[in-house]
Amino acid sequence: MDFALSENQRLWQASLAGLLNRSAPLERVRAFAEGDAAVARDVWRALAEAGASGLLIPETYGGLGLGLLEAVLTAEALGQTAAPAPFLGTSLAALALASADSQTQERWLPRLASGEATAGLAVSEAVAGARDGAGVSFTARRLRGRSLFAIDAEGADLLIVADQTGRIHLVETGAAGLSISPLTSIDRTRNLSEIIFEGVDGRPLDDDGGTALSRLRDAAWVLLAADMLGASQTLLDKAVAYAKERRQFGRVIGSFQAVKHLCAEMAASLEPCRALVWYAAYAWDRIPQESSLVAAHAKAHLSEVSRFVARTSTEVHGGIGITDLLGLHFGFKRVGLDRQLLGGPERVRDHAARLQGLVD
Amino acid sequence: MDLALSPHHAAFAREVQGFLLSHRREWPGPRATRAQVLAWQARLISAGYAARTIPREYGGFGAAPDILESRLIAESFIATGAPGPLAGQGISMLVPTLLEVGTEDQKRTWIGPTLRGEIIWCQGYSEPGSGSDLASLTTRAHEDGDDFVINGQKIWTSTAHLADMMFCLVRTEPDAPKHDGISYLIFSMATPGIEVRPLRTMTGQAEFNEVFFTDVRVPKNQIVGGRGQGWRVANTTLRHERGMLGDPNAAEARLSAIMALMREETVGGQRVIDNPLMRERLMRLQGEVLTMKFNGLRLLTQSLKGESPGLAGLIVKLQGCELNHQLAALAIDALGELGVLYEDSTHLRAGGVWQHRYMFDLGLIIGGGTAQIQKNIIGERGLGLPREPRPLAG
Repeated sequence: MDFALSENQRLWQASLAGLLNRSAPLERVRAFAEGDAAVARDVWRALAEAGASGLLIPETYGGLGLGLLEAVLTAEALGQTAAPAPFLGTSLAALALASADSQTQERWLPRLASGEATAGLAVSEAVAGARDGAGVSFTARRLRGRSLFAIDAEGADLLIVADQTGRIHLVETGAAGLSISPLTSIDRTRNLSEIIFEGVDGRPLDDDGGTALSRLRDAAWVLLAADMLGASQTLLDKAVAYAKERRQFGRVIGSFQAVKHLCAEMAASLEPCRALVWYAAYAWDRIPQESSLVAAHAKAHLSEVSRFVARTSTEVHGGIGITDLLGLHFGFKRVGLDRQLLGGPERVRDHAARLQGLVD
Repeated sequence: MDLALSPHHAAFAREVQGFLLSHRREWPGPRATRAQVLAWQARLISAGYAARTIPREYGGFGAAPDILESRLIAESFIATGAPGPLAGQGISMLVPTLLEVGTEDQKRTWIGPTLRGEIIWCQGYSEPGSGSDLASLTTRAHEDGDDFVINGQKIWTSTAHLADMMFCLVRTEPDAPKHDGISYLIFSMATPGIEVRPLRTMTGQAEFNEVFFTDVRVPKNQIVGGRGQGWRVANTTLRHERGMLGDPNAAEARLSAIMALMREETVGGQRVIDNPLMRERLMRLQGEVLTMKFNGLRLLTQSLKGESPGLAGLIVKLQGCELNHQLAALAIDALGELGVLYEDSTHLRAGGVWQHRYMFDLGLIIGGGTAQIQKNIIGERGLGLPREPRPLAG
């Protein structure tokens, strides 16, 4: 029985932290948010050199062949720095490709692993329900319709698309009939897109009635939870640091219980989330019978805790907290997007209830 | 990260469960006599499933500490439904304290009978004027010949009306700074000058007492630790108490019971679980219960490795007690009007346990260090925030 990170996992965390502090300091994150797309490419190159792009890809295809727990540590580090990088889409594509034929795997996995290609994810409608009449149909081997809130699709080479029946398709972004346009979101550190399919050639990866999509959704929920964990940790750390240096009424504000207790409440709700996210990743890798329920709770619970931490950290900072200059808002917006992506907490908890047979 | 049990520990868990099940006929039921209860405790100690790591010369089983074995034993009692070993403040708080700072004579005299359940203890810490600021306590003990003579009052003394003995904090050095003037005494509740008055709480029961001392004489050798060392001695036991108060296994069992309740109970012909708002509350709490459960696994691993638990440990009392209270609140709301029935009412559910918990558990949020004191501890020890400046005078 050992519920802790291994030595290698800690080393991975440390090297990611160093790498991201160099390649994605606040001024670079800000530059990306203001339109400098080169930042995300630089971050991705640095991550790829460390192996993060091929984390979940088998070694035979040039990846590291590691599990979701290592991916979670990576997502957490990205959340911590609010770094722009197509990690979520590319990682989930790597997982989806596990059920592709060997020819497709040979074509894509080495390129994703090396960082040369990236992937986006267009599964929102099948996972979280359609908004504004979106949805993608698959008839006569053609995909038609629209998918909203696609993640990491901008600049991607490959898309993972879920059709209305829950089957997963691989679509190359150069395919005829496909167009990708950006959606402007509060979180400028990541890209969201609307994708239009006008008779795009589709090829289902599976015919197993949605099992592959469920596994993909669970992994996505856990990775989003990890992103929120990382972003919230930074929000808490910054609030505590500020409370130790800011003086009012002749003393540092962290000595006032009103402020100290806000910090304590953030820590008390956030610290146990680390164990929840670790367990959810471990369960995805090793305990399939528990995996879906824990993934749902990780996504939903981190959504609640990170909303509380984001607003409370901003309050501890006082007026400066809401300024653009301080940059605290990057984390605030990051968890705001994570919360809604692939289903907000109420919807995800409804799913958790269904998994346990609590809904007729 | 590997949650599988080693073959040694898996075999150990099977062995404990096998033992408990094979002695099912000795399990004391709710109406068991005191003799039956003590016989079961003696059986558990001799098998090594109670007082496991207490040295043999003091009446324990004498096994080397193995936190995982202890956890597996605790889980085996839950899994088999066997009545657990005796608990209470003597076993969980006084015994660890004596082991750490007691004299050889004190260990030999008190630990064995306490473990066997022959001596029941109560804790005399809080006073009417000293709650969160416990170190300001004013119950005094002055020297007179070979004795200390105690005058003053304690409050929130659970089990005082049943107890044979008390472990108590008293001020022996009135001129010393407040933390350095306290001593830790142990004495018989039959000593002349002690009066116990039951303290009825909002539950309608007297779970606590007030204890009054008038010229109570205690031999000087019944001090634990040195004179003026009582604060340090007491802090070793407070740590043990806080560990007890936020147990995530209790929360998980309560959540399961509420889930069953919501599936069984109907209102207007509709099952409670079919109300989406009630279901949402249940799922929200399930997320919290799982979080605290996994945090417990993390803490277990940390203590197995001898690492300091840090923040993950400091938050357990605050979060665990709050969670238990919210669970009780959900159970009551799921019952609706049935949830206000109490004591001997017809239509009462689960013996009124949820109503009792809803009220009693609020006391647990306050006792053992209030939620606000816990937040100070988290803020100061966990996050390194500065203490509140002390007032200049008074």
